[in-house]
This record gives sequence, C-alpha cells and structure tokens, in this order.
Amino acid sequence: MNKAHTSDHLPKSSLVPPRPMDLSEKPLLQVRSVSKYYGRRVGCEDISFDLWPGEVLAIVGESGSGKTTLLDCISTRMTPTSGMVNYRMRDGTMREVFRLGEAEKRFLMRTDWGFVHQNPADGLRMTVSAGANVGERLMAIGKRHYGDIRETAADWLEQVEIARDRIDDQPRAFSGGMRQRLQIARNLVTGPRLVFMDEPTGGLDVSVQARLLDLLRGLVAELGLAAIVVTHDLAVARLLSHRMVVMKEGRVIETGLTDRVLDDPQAPYTQLLISSILQV
Amino acid sequence: MPDTISSIVKTTPVLMTDVAKNFVMHLRGSVTIPVVSGVNFALRAGECAVLGGPSGVGKSSILKMIYGNYSADCGQIMVAYRDTMIDIAKAEPRTVLAIRRETVGYVSQFLRAMPRVPALDVAAEALVGQGEGLAEARLKAGEMLARLNLPETLWQLPPATFSGGEQQRVNIARGFLTDHPVLLLDEPTASLDAANRAVVIDLIREKKKKGVAMLGIFHDEDVREQIADAIIDVAHFAERAKRKGQSQGAMVGRPLELT
Repeated sequence: MNKAHTSDHLPKSSLVPPRPMDLSEKPLLQVRSVSKYYGRRVGCEDISFDLWPGEVLAIVGESGSGKTTLLDCISTRMTPTSGMVNYRMRDGTMREVFRLGEAEKRFLMRTDWGFVHQNPADGLRMTVSAGANVGERLMAIGKRHYGDIRETAADWLEQVEIARDRIDDQPRAFSGGMRQRLQIARNLVTGPRLVFMDEPTGGLDVSVQARLLDLLRGLVAELGLAAIVVTHDLAVARLLSHRMVVMKEGRVIETGLTDRVLDDPQAPYTQLLISSILQV
Repeated sequence: MPDTISSIVKTTPVLMTDVAKNFVMHLRGSVTIPVVSGVNFALRAGECAVLGGPSGVGKSSILKMIYGNYSADCGQIMVAYRDTMIDIAKAEPRTVLAIRRETVGYVSQFLRAMPRVPALDVAAEALVGQGEGLAEARLKAGEMLARLNLPETLWQLPPATFSGGEQQRVNIARGFLTDHPVLLLDEPTASLDAANRAVVIDLIREKKKKGVAMLGIFHDEDVREQIADAIIDVAHFAERAKRKGQSQGAMVGRPLELT
C-alpha cells in the first residue's frame, strides 16, 4: 500500500491549526460611529464594529455601497468626517489611531498593518525586483544585513508559491496572480497583526483566484492574522471570512456570522443580494 | 439534589426551550413562512435522537439553528461549551465558531469544500481545527476514508468533481473523525449504498459508546430503526407554528421596494 502521501512527506497545504480561540480576549480594533461625507454625499455613515485578533471580517456590497471608503477610513488612508477608530498596540494599550504620533503611526503602517490593494501595481514598486519589493518593508523597520534580508525575502516568495529563482525579476514580468501573491508577501514579511484587503482576488481568473484564496486562508490561519476584506464577491466572503458586514448606500444593512448571513439572510437587501448570485 | 451546570453539560449538552423560526421572504412581498414553533427537547449524551416528519417540515432548520447557521426568532438553544452552557441563538459570531470548533460537529447533506483542497485534507480539516497535527490528522483521515470505501486514487483530488455518494463519504469522514460531544447529522446516508450505510451505522454506534449526543435526519427507515433512541416529531412543531402564524395574520406582508 502506498502511504507516502499520508505521513512520509507533507504536500503544501492550506491546512494549518488555527490560532487557539480565547473568548476572554479583548478586541484588536474598535470602530465607533465612523462617517465620511463627500460634500453632501454620504460615503459611509455611522459604522461601528469590533474586530478580534485572528478574526477575518468581510465587508460586502455593490460598487458604490461605501465599503472601500470605510476601509480607507479605518486604515487611516482617509480621514473620516466623524467617529473614532481604536487599535490595541502591541503593549496592550488601546489607542485612537487618528491621534497617534508620527512615529507610532509609521510603526502601524510599516509593520503592524498591511494593505493589499486590488491592483497589485498600487501596492508594489513595479520597476524594482521582487526581492527588493519584499525586502524594502524589512529595511523600513531597521533591518540592514543584506544577506539576511535577501534570505527572508526568498523564504517569503516561496511561502506565496513564487519560485526562489524569480527573486531578481521585476513584478512587471509577473502574471496578475503572481503579482498579487508578491504583494501579499510584501505585506506579511513584517509580521503584521492586521491586514486590510481591497478586493484581493478581483480581476483574476477563477483558477488563479482559487489558488490565491487557498493561500490566503492558510496564511491567515497560520499567522493568526486579523483581516478586513472588502469584496463584492460573496463566494470569496464565504471562503475567507468568519464574520460579514453587508453595506448599502454607506450604511450597514446586516451583520453576523458569515454562513448565517449567507444561508439565512434577514434584511430585504441581503436577501436580494444573495438571490442574485449566479449558480454554477 | 438539583442539577449543577457541570452535570447538565455532561449529561444534556443541548437543551432547546420554546424555540420558534419563521422565514420572512422580502422578495415575495415580505410573506412570513412559519417553520416551527414551541420546539422543546433535550439531547442526552450517548444517545441518538432522530427528527421525524415529512420533507419540508423543518427538520434541517432545527439542525441549522443548533449549529448557529440559522437564526432563531425566539427561545433558547443552550449548548455545552467547556464547563458551561451557552445560548447559541444569541451568541456572538466568534462564540458560535468556538462552539463549532469544540462542541458541535455537523455532517451536512452536501459538501461545501475549499477549491483546490484535496479530499484527504477536506476530511482532516475539522480534526486539525481541534489541534491535531497535520500528519496524524491525515493518517486518521485516510483510515476513515478507507473504512468508507473511498478509493485511494481519489484522496489527493479536490472533491468538487466527485459523485454525490463520494462527496458524502468525504463529508462523513470529516464529521465523524473529531471528538465533538455533540454531532448533528443531516441525512448522512441519503446517497450511500447498503455497505456504506452499514459503516455509518457502526460509526454512530461507536459515537454513542463514547457518550456523544447526536441529532439526525434519516429518511431510511431501516437505518432509523437501528440507531434511534428517540424520535422527535417535527410535524408537531410545524403545526404549532402555522396555527400561531394564522392567528397573528402573519401571511399579510408589504411589498418590497426594489431599488
């Protein structure tokens, strides 16, 4: 009997023991009554939720529902018109992110947070090598030893299923799926605790998308990352997230455990959204 | 002597009290469809209770409410978690996930698996979720798939292209491998042949010996006779829901404004 595949060697797998769950844990992020107005137009309005360590939250809704505005407000890429965002720093203290000093803010943006853009070109430097794209985030946090940086970068390329020998190639020479995986490596190399993702699988072929989802799911579980994922694709939300927020016209329509929202939607809009999914 | 919480946790890991469920169909003029009402029962450790009644009567809805997959409109669904009982109908999403990881396992009727993940890993997943090492979990998953007569040539393939019966066996392996103290079974034998049905019956008997509380839906009378310790008549809860719905005039709804 051939038992090779069960014990002797372990094929790469998204199957990793999830981070132990501790219900007495405190939230990592608190969003309180965040609103953003563009003149008199509502971007997002009165949004509040908590996010716990290791939890993946999906924000879903049609284009124009305010999900990207909300993501940009929480991640400080945009300043909300009103409201508060609190984040638990590594020393355990809860800090208001818009009142952090420059040094602390830099630490969040460069180390403790990651941001994965829909278009990899927005999150990568297209004309420097793959290795430099990953190594740059390490240098930003004070790593100086060239050999170590290159070695870490190569390890991360491997983690996101890019061959080590592509380390000196520029992302321009990569396919869409590879670019997106490189962007993920660049974000995760500093060991962040919270990653924001804006349509991370948007614009990819389904087979490439499946591979990326599998990879993301494994990495998120393995590293115990918390993540906020904006997507209009309910299938992506189902596979990736624990909890879901449904948005429409800048407001939260429904929120809850992902499979509960998808299988037993309560709000009229959520029912409409889910009944509109194409079946394969 | 009154029951202490810790003894209830061990002897009666699921307690449903006055649970009711309606579907409000907003796309059909907000029609309220009553499902069940006044659901009262307890699951005992080491026993398999079977939900009885015709198709569409609300059996799956009851299972899904205990799993936290469907919301309940009222009542309590107390489920054992560590040394306490938690009302899963009102629990936070992360609490529901913790309960699923440790307490309540579920064998669904249809497999919903991650694309690209091979059958062996799909089967091993819940076990890994409970902290088992990957190599050990795969070994156990392989043994279970072999026991369910799933050809070894299929183990490394993603189950999306499998037949209904093959998918169901992956699902059964995944659900029965863990040591959840509560196991919900949604027609696990529906598309199996006689030999594999017998394996599932054995698996259920083994779970009983280990003190697992089970609640299942089985349309196969022969299977039901061999494993049921109690039959819960869901038609009774469904009738109650209909009577209640009529008395409240719940069938009258307002049309949905589609934008």
